[in-house]
Amino acid sequence: MRYEAPTTINAAVKLLAGKAGQARVLAGGTDLLVQMRTDRVAPDLIVDVKRIPAMRAIAAKSGGFRIGAAVSGAELGANKALRKAWPGVVEAANLIGSTQIQSRATLAGNLCNASPAADSVPALVAAGASAAVAGPRGKRTVPVESIAVGPGKTSLKKGEIVEAIILPKRAPRSGDAYLRFIPRTEMDIAVVGAGVNLTLDSKGVCTAARVALGAVAERVILVPEAAAALVGTKVDAAALKRLAAAASAACRPIDDKRGTKEFRIKVAGVLARRAAETALKRAGGSK
Amino acid sequence: MPLDSNIDPATHKFNLVGTRPLRPDGVDKVTGRAKFGADANAPGMLVGKILRSPHPHARIRSINTAKAAKLPGVKAIVTAADFKEGKRALRDVLCNVMARGKALYDGHAVAAVAATSASVARKALKLIQVDYEILPHVTDVDEAMKPGAPLLHDDMITAHVDPAPKKPSNVAARCEFGHGDPEVGFKQADVVIERSFRTEATHQGYIEPHACLASMGMDGQGELWVCTQGHYMVRNTCAALLGMDVSKLRVTASEIGGGFGGKTTVFIEPVALALSRKAGKPVKIVMSREEVFRASGPTSSSSMDVKIGVTKAGRITGALAEIRMQGGAFAGAPVELGAMSAFACYDLEHVKSVGWDVVTNRPKQAAYRAPGAPMVAFAVESVLDELARKIGMDPIELRLKNAAKEGTQSSYGPKYNRIGLRQCLEATRNHPHYTAPLGPNEGRGVAAGFWFNFGGQTCVSLNINIDGTVALAVGTPDIGGSRASMCMIAAEELGIPYDKVRAIVADTSSLGYNDISEGSRVTFSTGLATIQAARDAIGKLCARAAKTWGISPEAVVWENGHAKPSSPNAGDFAPLSLADIAKKAGNTGGPIAGHFEVNADGAGVSFAIHLADAAVDPETGRVQIKRYTVIQDAGKAVHPSYVEGQFQGGAVQGIGWALNEEYVYGKDGRLQNAGFLDYRIPVASDLPMIDTVIVEVPNPGHPYGVRGVGETSIVPPLAAIANAVSAAADVRLTELPMSPPRVLKAIDGKAAGKARR
Repeated sequence: MRYEAPTTINAAVKLLAGKAGQARVLAGGTDLLVQMRTDRVAPDLIVDVKRIPAMRAIAAKSGGFRIGAAVSGAELGANKALRKAWPGVVEAANLIGSTQIQSRATLAGNLCNASPAADSVPALVAAGASAAVAGPRGKRTVPVESIAVGPGKTSLKKGEIVEAIILPKRAPRSGDAYLRFIPRTEMDIAVVGAGVNLTLDSKGVCTAARVALGAVAERVILVPEAAAALVGTKVDAAALKRLAAAASAACRPIDDKRGTKEFRIKVAGVLARRAAETALKRAGGSK
Repeated sequence: MPLDSNIDPATHKFNLVGTRPLRPDGVDKVTGRAKFGADANAPGMLVGKILRSPHPHARIRSINTAKAAKLPGVKAIVTAADFKEGKRALRDVLCNVMARGKALYDGHAVAAVAATSASVARKALKLIQVDYEILPHVTDVDEAMKPGAPLLHDDMITAHVDPAPKKPSNVAARCEFGHGDPEVGFKQADVVIERSFRTEATHQGYIEPHACLASMGMDGQGELWVCTQGHYMVRNTCAALLGMDVSKLRVTASEIGGGFGGKTTVFIEPVALALSRKAGKPVKIVMSREEVFRASGPTSSSSMDVKIGVTKAGRITGALAEIRMQGGAFAGAPVELGAMSAFACYDLEHVKSVGWDVVTNRPKQAAYRAPGAPMVAFAVESVLDELARKIGMDPIELRLKNAAKEGTQSSYGPKYNRIGLRQCLEATRNHPHYTAPLGPNEGRGVAAGFWFNFGGQTCVSLNINIDGTVALAVGTPDIGGSRASMCMIAAEELGIPYDKVRAIVADTSSLGYNDISEGSRVTFSTGLATIQAARDAIGKLCARAAKTWGISPEAVVWENGHAKPSSPNAGDFAPLSLADIAKKAGNTGGPIAGHFEVNADGAGVSFAIHLADAAVDPETGRVQIKRYTVIQDAGKAVHPSYVEGQFQGGAVQGIGWALNEEYVYGKDGRLQNAGFLDYRIPVASDLPMIDTVIVEVPNPGHPYGVRGVGETSIVPPLAAIANAVSAAADVRLTELPMSPPRVLKAIDGKAAGKARR
């Protein structure tokens, strides 16, 4: 196994594109190292991206944020402007693992690990975030929901790296929230996750919404029907009830050691509703 | 004077017993200096790794190790063929350590290698070819009992059934306890409730995985450093499995990162010794967490039917329990202890419990804190809770009306000596927790629990050092702070400060045989032996003073750490301190030591009452424990902080067992959650502060009145929490764990039932 820690994105792409056999990107390593230790992967090449300066920075971009792929959860949590604009995204990222894990784990890593239960991904999808992808054929920007295609599988081509997560400019009276269901209080994997992002007009009517669910399908899903239940309403009890029903209806989960189908379908609706209530409060609306 | 056996511990003024000094092992543990099982190293040491069956049930047609043996760096490979099939009593242990003929569970060891590095050892395991014939499997206790279930052992004929069955089955044995006739009792009852219950297997969840370092010399002498609750047991078992003289194997117990009963048997130790013998070099084996879950010893899963009848006045007229437990691939589920303890809290005229010990394709169970009792208490105390509601009686009142007391004929046979159940119930009723208001969606549960406690073979050596300090050698690994309490006890007897005594856990060649640290026996029996060893030393100290003074030894007494003439008539001499006598020991007869050897009897039983408040989220089924109080009889608490720690630890493990911990098997018979991510023990933020109340009703069988406290505390929580959750959710939960999907289903089922009506 070869370990490389390049200092430019171009060098990283070149390494990844040029290697025959299995190559993996190491950002925080909180998934990769565990997979290696349990014999699930044995990469021939590991490219550590933490030495690339741009990957370690949170930068303002067109009124929004550009979060480098190697920025840790703890660094996200310490960024006041980010926390104020996107509290749901930050709380989702900060739910991952423990304090120790938080000093390493990254948004881009969580996205590219392509777990359907990834905590930060429903929040990013709800936020309308995009991924800046660098590859041998140049750069492209894609919606985050197009990265994962199934458990552990991404749409990234050979040699491609997600170099940053981009969060858009915030409209006034906007709020987002993420909730996950775990049997414990921490140190756990989402049985269901729900991210909601919404914007209100000056009268408190919802003008835009996005709802995303985790751990209820083969990947994180965007649920436009659930968002549609909120748009044009004051996010009142009836709208929330429709939102919950739409969220439950969109689920296509499996039975596994973490929960039953039946349980996930029901709880997805409950969490979507509760997340919407928090997002509403953050947008300055009242319930 | 030393305390004699007739003191009243309730009124006697102790100097140290009952205080809370710092633990002597604390600094080492928090600074990382303490040496645990995996910290042992030796020059030339090899790494041992074990190949495990991926199948729950398979005949091993052949094992080909030729390719692995050729891999550079591989120094030894062992299979079952390297162990002699010896005495029948050890056959199951041997077959569990290394599969013989058949692999009986996912994770069963089939071969092992010793190599120069972990990566070579891992590669070698992949080169070993095992030809398996896959057989049908069964992991559920009720399924395993059915006729036609896949049979694990062709020769298993159910024991204690008359007439003996002609055909083999998965039922190893039946047991029965009780007196009177429950059917007669049920006829006298106003209300009879019968319910069925199930619990899943749980693991002790000790943080330190099994680890050992074995070194066998060319001369047939061996050394083993190991993390265990009983190094004498390890020595005797390994010596038998390897065909060695007991004297040729010296075993040293490391510090232990949790055991809770799970380290009372052998798994990797005989394998490491066999590899070392074959390789001629030391071999270290450390289990991975996955191996711990798949191949060490969780406790049993259970299936139970309980029927109890009461009068409107709250008198239990009849009680019946049928208990089925699977203990993995070999006989030995703790169903007998479960059946014995089922109704041990109550004074009953008509009582019967029947137990069935069943084998399945799961790892062989090992002891887990009060083995067998928590699940049976869950069933019995749940039915009592329901009965109390039905007759409109306070649940503590119902238990008080039926509580066993001194002289009660227990449901498992013996008559009780002095016991503290009533005192615990009264302390619970008087505790502010019992009447505190509850919030929305919250419920309160109460349950009682019992454990036998144990004494057993014990010996202690106490050496007086030249500077007046004391070296105390015990043979029971310190799993609950026993070095601190033994130092306190020795200092109490000798009349010297606590920090003048240092206790160690001696290796098997330095001290005589000691039973395992299990059965809540250490503070009781090692404590008893320490008291007697100290008194033995005091006798010798007094004799040395007598010799110095030229008076008769009978004319010397020991007071506050000093030898003194017993009266002015005996002579006028200034008292001699322990240090004074120690300093001159070389001139008065040589080293001074006290010893005591005993097979301790008289371990008093103990009772506990637990109070739990649970909040249930009606939309997700998620349970949170909001408040928890443990009330338990300790007889006499030597170090109250450790006693409270035992109370809290049992409650916490019980909370995990009740709510989320479970062995999850797939349809393929493989364990699905062999790690702490999906085997969910509680984390700190899941728990409220566990409040404790120490009740002290002295045990007449111990000089200070000590009762074991380590196990009783895990008996009531499953029931207390089930009663709290059932109250909060307004539906009776009868299956553990009460995980969110299960609770939500029960809540939704209740709503659907109401809608239908």
